Amino acid sequence: MRHIMSLLTENEAGALSRVSGLFSARGYNIESLTVAPTEDPTLSRITIVTSGSDAVIEQIFKQLNKLIEVVAVMDLSEGEHLERELMLVKVRAIGSVREEMKRMTDIFRGCIIDVTDKTYTIELTGTGQKLESFLQAIDRSLILETVRTGASGIGRGDRILKL
Amino acid sequence: MELTGAEITIRCLQEEGAEYVFGYPGGAVLHIYDALFTQDQVKHILVRHEQAAVHAADGYARSTDKVGVALVTSGPGVTNAVTGIATAYMDSIPMVIISGQVPTHAIGEDAFQEVDTVGITRPCVKHNFLVKDVKDIAGTIKKAFYLAKSGRPGPVLVDIPKDISSHKTEFSYPSSVNIRSYNPVQQSDLGQVKLAVQLLLAAKRPMIYAGGGVILADASKQLTELVHLLGFPCTNTLMGLGGYPATDKQFVGMLGMHGTYEANMGMQYCDVLLAIGARFDDRVVGNVEHFNQEKRKIIHVDIDPSSISKRVKVDLPIVGDVANVLDDLLAELRGSKEKPDQQAIAPWWAQIKEWRGKNSLVYKHSDEIIKPQFVIEKLYEVTQGEAFITSDVGQHQMWAAQYYKFDKPRRWINSGGLGTMGFGLPAAMGVQLAHPGAHVACVTGEGSIQMCIQELSTCKQFQLPLKIIMLNNRYLGMVRQWQQFFHGNRYAESYMDALPDFVKLAEAYGHIGIRIEKPSDVEPALKEAFERKQQLVFMDFITDQTENVFPMVQGGKGLSEVILAEDL
Repeated sequence: MRHIMSLLTENEAGALSRVSGLFSARGYNIESLTVAPTEDPTLSRITIVTSGSDAVIEQIFKQLNKLIEVVAVMDLSEGEHLERELMLVKVRAIGSVREEMKRMTDIFRGCIIDVTDKTYTIELTGTGQKLESFLQAIDRSLILETVRTGASGIGRGDRILKL
Repeated sequence: MELTGAEITIRCLQEEGAEYVFGYPGGAVLHIYDALFTQDQVKHILVRHEQAAVHAADGYARSTDKVGVALVTSGPGVTNAVTGIATAYMDSIPMVIISGQVPTHAIGEDAFQEVDTVGITRPCVKHNFLVKDVKDIAGTIKKAFYLAKSGRPGPVLVDIPKDISSHKTEFSYPSSVNIRSYNPVQQSDLGQVKLAVQLLLAAKRPMIYAGGGVILADASKQLTELVHLLGFPCTNTLMGLGGYPATDKQFVGMLGMHGTYEANMGMQYCDVLLAIGARFDDRVVGNVEHFNQEKRKIIHVDIDPSSISKRVKVDLPIVGDVANVLDDLLAELRGSKEKPDQQAIAPWWAQIKEWRGKNSLVYKHSDEIIKPQFVIEKLYEVTQGEAFITSDVGQHQMWAAQYYKFDKPRRWINSGGLGTMGFGLPAAMGVQLAHPGAHVACVTGEGSIQMCIQELSTCKQFQLPLKIIMLNNRYLGMVRQWQQFFHGNRYAESYMDALPDFVKLAEAYGHIGIRIEKPSDVEPALKEAFERKQQLVFMDFITDQTENVFPMVQGGKGLSEVILAEDL
């Protein structure tokens, strides 16, 4: 089953490789991984999307907790949570396609952030599923490049991961 | 007064009470060696290969309750040490490794003797550090010792670039450590302890299975009390030997791949299993699906939550320091109105007695040829069970574990998790230094000993009167055994051709060498060797080439699917 893990780690060189090294060493899946510092500059927040049986997820949770630089771990998918992912898509936009592409972007509540006479770059935020839907909704042959950040997640309401 | 980073490093070791540092000098640690030279509180033991430095520090730590310390240079110094570090990591041995690194300005430039030490060692240390500022050395070393010893112990590496060890700063050693992300559980949940006692008292077919965690927590006294109070059978893992007295009547022997019939059958068919400081690894329970076919309640005591329900699903986890949990279990049991019912478990004991009747460690004696098991039995008798025994890895290791009855903890020193050949001799050096007057024997084979044989030179330099018990069967015995059983007797590369004359080799290193070829000479040779209190004696026992280790649970098989010697 798919799980989304949120981690607070010390904002130190090496913390990320300890986390990613743990996944590769023990044969766990990483679907996506995002990392950035938090409002507290000593802490980084990592979001990992992984999958596995209940036993594997339990081990992932425990093994992450065991890493010295990991300050806190939460399995977001154990409760209500939100997740968002950012995608940038560069498409070929010539002639009638320009209008069509603009309309699709509006429907998906994205925005065009770069325009040339031949291309658009579209910014889109949402769940992974929504981003997939957008890519399916447009003509595949027009896609020049896609960049996705992987999911970031946060608990709903009072579910807070903080020190 | 300002000190250099190198001086601070040594001062930190002094503050931590480090008696010995095992190491090998090189470019990146020259400043640190210079600082070592100007003091005599911390004694340096010069090994002949960095792997041995780490194994020696490891043996020192295993035979005491102290942290072992090793010091190696950058690049090849570190890569040579990795085997030792991984060995300690797999067996949770508290150790601090200090490594030199190329100067900070050269890091990343593929400098001479540069490797990414922190990267290379990351998967086989509890934690590691690269020190980038001389002001951080003292705090980092303090943290390293704390991490190594607390919680589930393990090796911690501190990588110090050469320029940092020459920079100067004021020295003050921190009195305490606070790592916000690291708070190992000490006290167990008393509710869980109560539930555990209820389960134990209701058991009809109980079993206590104790591992290396009991040794590491210095909890063998509590374990023995608990086992006696309950009247239950107790088995030890390879790493747990000595955690419960092997000569006690409630001891059913070691379990696992080469465990006794009664221990393995007891594990398989018990209804309540109390696992203490053990981790249900593949060499212990074999095939998990097979193990799970029998229904039983499992109580698992361990300091590391990730050890619990890793391979075998547990019903009642108790996370905490093994010694504290055992204290709590004892208190709860003594305070309980219900008492252990010996009548209720009498049929179970009768069953165990029947299994014991198989006499699964029996072997054919010979007057012609030396049986390896016989050597260990005689070693046990001659040393009256009081020696520290280190071992390498292979058949000799299993025979030592089976036939030397360890009554005390920290007497049996072997590489259980990683299975590192070459461990025995350097580990014995660390043990002998920690226990200067004690009998220390290294049980080894002609394959393993050659993986670190250069340490005979270290033994000479530091006058370590080890007794090397080499069971020489001219084969990589355990490999040969598997080839015999599972590969149609095709002994691919398991025969050792062109062996050296070990007697002459021992003599070349300045020691005494003896070759023993007849069973009747075994005991006299051992006696003579152990009487030589000042000298290392290298005993080359020419043993039966085709002897196998029994009982045996094949890889992937279940504990009750055991092969006994009589089956073949």
